Amino acid sequence: MSAAKSGPMLRARGVTRKFGGLIAVNSVDFEIPRGSISAIIGPNGAGKTTFFNVIAGIYAPTAGTIELDGKPLISPPTGAGREPILLILPTIPFIGLAIYSLLVVGGDTGLVEGVASVAAALLGFVAALLLNIVRPTWYNRLIKRIGVTRPARPNDMVVAGLARTFQNIRLYKSLTTLENILVGMHVHMHGSFLGALFKTRLVREEEAVAEQRARELLAFVDLSGMENELARNLPYGKQRLLEIARAIASRPKLLLLDEPAAGMNPKETEEMTALIRRIRDELDITILLIEHDMRVVMGISDHITVLDHGEKIAEGLPKAIRTNPKVIEAYLGRGAAAGH
Amino acid sequence: MSRIADAVNAPFAPVRAFFRKHRSFGIFVGVVLLSIALPLLTRVPPFDGIQSTNAWVNAFTTAAIYAMLAMGLNVVIGFAGLLDLGYAAFFALGGYTYAFVAAPFTGIHLPFWPMLLAGGVVGAIFGVLLGAPTLRLRGDYLAIVTLGFGEIVPITLMNADKFTDGVNGIGGIDKPSIPGILQFTLTNPWPMYGLVIALFSLIMIMIYRLEDSRLGRTWDAIREDELAAESSGVNIVIAKLQAFAVGASIAGIVGVVNAAKITIVTPDQFRFAVSISALAAVVLGGMGNTIGVATGAFIIYLFQSILLKQLNTLVENINIPVLNQIDFLDFQYVLYGIVLVLMMLKRPQGIFPARRRMREFAPLKIGKRGAK
Repeated sequence: MSAAKSGPMLRARGVTRKFGGLIAVNSVDFEIPRGSISAIIGPNGAGKTTFFNVIAGIYAPTAGTIELDGKPLISPPTGAGREPILLILPTIPFIGLAIYSLLVVGGDTGLVEGVASVAAALLGFVAALLLNIVRPTWYNRLIKRIGVTRPARPNDMVVAGLARTFQNIRLYKSLTTLENILVGMHVHMHGSFLGALFKTRLVREEEAVAEQRARELLAFVDLSGMENELARNLPYGKQRLLEIARAIASRPKLLLLDEPAAGMNPKETEEMTALIRRIRDELDITILLIEHDMRVVMGISDHITVLDHGEKIAEGLPKAIRTNPKVIEAYLGRGAAAGH
Repeated sequence: MSRIADAVNAPFAPVRAFFRKHRSFGIFVGVVLLSIALPLLTRVPPFDGIQSTNAWVNAFTTAAIYAMLAMGLNVVIGFAGLLDLGYAAFFALGGYTYAFVAAPFTGIHLPFWPMLLAGGVVGAIFGVLLGAPTLRLRGDYLAIVTLGFGEIVPITLMNADKFTDGVNGIGGIDKPSIPGILQFTLTNPWPMYGLVIALFSLIMIMIYRLEDSRLGRTWDAIREDELAAESSGVNIVIAKLQAFAVGASIAGIVGVVNAAKITIVTPDQFRFAVSISALAAVVLGGMGNTIGVATGAFIIYLFQSILLKQLNTLVENINIPVLNQIDFLDFQYVLYGIVLVLMMLKRPQGIFPARRRMREFAPLKIGKRGAK
């Protein structure tokens, strides 16, 4: 991890997300300082999770851009209308050839040539379709020149260095804890399709190393000895830990935690808080969390942003937020703020 | 109970450990032993009375072809969790690919062996072609689209008379041969049996390796939770396309073998019933368990082609008034229906449920708490 890099870990500029007529997130500017533990809070329906999902690449923003570690990754899609051209273009010569051989040459002599060129056209189409769907980086760069851009997908964000957990735990329930972590390491493994078929030494070594590291990660979140347990059989609190371990398995720069302490008892909450600190301090991962439990938020956050009705109403240190009249109003209503 | 089981198993422990370590070799040995045992079994009563050994071997060959189909479908359904009801289409495309370049109809006679690979490639291409537009679909919607694809292919083959000879299909397809050594014929089922067995073990080994790889885990993740998989950095677009492509290319290869075996392809061979029988085999055997699925296909095929036929002769011989009017062979669809309904009600995980792989993990290194 390059500690030399400066500037915020994540920078969101004017992020807006509309669902039909509803503006879930409205022009939010937002920065996460490098190496910090930041929090987003706000009353129910304030747009926290939507904002989270925009950052994680699940929803494309209606407007605004997001940079992770200085790299612009997310912006609204453009030029969607021009995409079909990309599909048809490579097939035109072959279709022309097919028409030529079937109509101009004609008859039986054209049959095989016709079929062959139709097949070639089909191949061209499939190749174009594949490129259009898979979108390798060079292809993205190419189509940017004709004005087609698409925001990064969740998996692109993971490659760029972002990992997340979910509000309602989403583990691979019938896989073992070890396998869950191994899936989390996916982006750092390079075993190819053919490598798997022929079980090359590279693949075998990579698997062994990954397994070793997965065990270490399990130990890090205090789940050692449960490697072969199915994820669904773990108690609730441990499922949360496993989800976090899976997220940090992708070696992120920024970790998004969606209500990490939800549904936990005070003791578990305390352990979770300690773990979050340890992730930041020992693994050098910047953390952004959404949390309802004010004790957790106030206890560990360096920096808090408050959303209400999709808009940022305050940000700053926990102490300042606690006494901010706007925040109190949002949570408790106008009367409470006036009484303060 | 487990103590007795342990005592019984103890002498086999080294053997098991060996095969766990060398699974591919184990599969190969197992398949070869089974393929020797099956024909021997048909020499003893009551099996020898049913049909000649050659006919049995022929039946086993076809059963193995269906088993390979089921294993391929299992990659799509059992591993990646994508319900594909049009699987027969890829089987058809493989068959027609070979028929097109190795029959009097077009006058081209390409050798069989490279076409095996070509069938796989054609299958993979169409698998991607079907997979690409359906990436966003889940569950029942995906099933309907694939069902449509499964119908489009044979109907297109039927109507494109000029290229496929329509309903008549393409006949007189070349049999494979190893020049100067071996010519496959219709009367001698053994070479084809050998070929199919070799292919069977090869495909099974490859599927097992894929299942255990990074890609296999990706499929597991997608099946369990697509959104979580994406958020773990899995490119679900590529992984799903790979599942479709692998499944379809297996069907394509098997299609080539099937065409070479029966030397004719007609659109009618590839209707919905084939997709459904492969699906029934997957459900019966246990989704996600490769060996189970292959066994399921064997059971279903032998049931429908041997047992139902036997039922016919039996009823005829005993001369039961109403029953002897019935041709039980027409009842294979009822069989699929019964299998699917019963399995879903009584044992949805299949006869041989996929056990989560219990790998032999290396012992934990103590004193290395905390990564990095």
